[in-house]
Amino acid sequence: MRVAIPVFPGSNCDHDALHACGTVMGWDTIPVWHQETRLPENTELVFVPGGFSYGDYLRCGAIAALAPIMADIKRHADNGGLVLGVCNGFQILCEAHLLPGALLRNESLRFIHADVHLRVERANLPFTRAMRAGEVFQVPIAHAEGNFTLDPAELADLEARGGVAFRYCSSAGEIGEDHVPNGAMNGIAGIVNLRGNVLGMMPHPERAVDPKLGATGGLGVFRSLSS
Amino acid sequence: MKVRVSVQLKPGILDPQGKAVEQGLHGFGFEVEHVRIGRLIEMDVPGSDPADVKAKALAMCEKLLVNPVMEKASIEVL
Repeated sequence: MRVAIPVFPGSNCDHDALHACGTVMGWDTIPVWHQETRLPENTELVFVPGGFSYGDYLRCGAIAALAPIMADIKRHADNGGLVLGVCNGFQILCEAHLLPGALLRNESLRFIHADVHLRVERANLPFTRAMRAGEVFQVPIAHAEGNFTLDPAELADLEARGGVAFRYCSSAGEIGEDHVPNGAMNGIAGIVNLRGNVLGMMPHPERAVDPKLGATGGLGVFRSLSS
Repeated sequence: MKVRVSVQLKPGILDPQGKAVEQGLHGFGFEVEHVRIGRLIEMDVPGSDPADVKAKALAMCEKLLVNPVMEKASIEVL
């Protein structure tokens, strides 16, 4: 598996992504500076990492969505290539119109860092196929703008087409407002595009893949990608 | 020409910042409601025809300045 990690000024999870994909999974993982115009040859997965690209100026992800490398990431996605955006990476994919919706300020107005539970809503995706539908896993979140929002008609459409990949839940897998840390509509933590090859999620699976660091809840996503 | 673009969250979108400020104002005893916080963007746009300049500003809003999922804008040519 060849993975490209676009790095923007202000990205700060690019090394977590590199550790997860390169060191833990053993994939051929290549950081790509945002000014590049081409992804490495034979890139299979683009991992858009978290952070504060361009200082979150204007809106989170809005400026990064215009970076030179993004045109080739869109081409890669249009050709069916895999794209995973985590945290700020999710915000960038929304701003680049690779995914629907927007991530608003958390309902509490606070930056939240916490371990959360996610329920797998779609298990037939390249990002989830090593997991079961309904499976619960624990991963950390660390964001101030994770409040997923979409207009009601589009939200209904997203739900109807199975566009929700992960939902916040209790440790037992129960869904409900009490388990949504940031106010996200329908408790949505991660979504996929229509084709199922572009996934964006606020929680950080790449920060929970190494037993030495105390958590392995995110491994399901990476095992899915390698299966 | 000087152009002022005011970007606001759409009416249905929760504005936690506005809410927090509203509560702060209540704390000082001000009677106030529906506080909304937006963003003001000022710029100089070449041209002398206000309609033409406004059209350019609108195009900028569509391309970058506004996220239509959550925001709306009003444009003022000064």
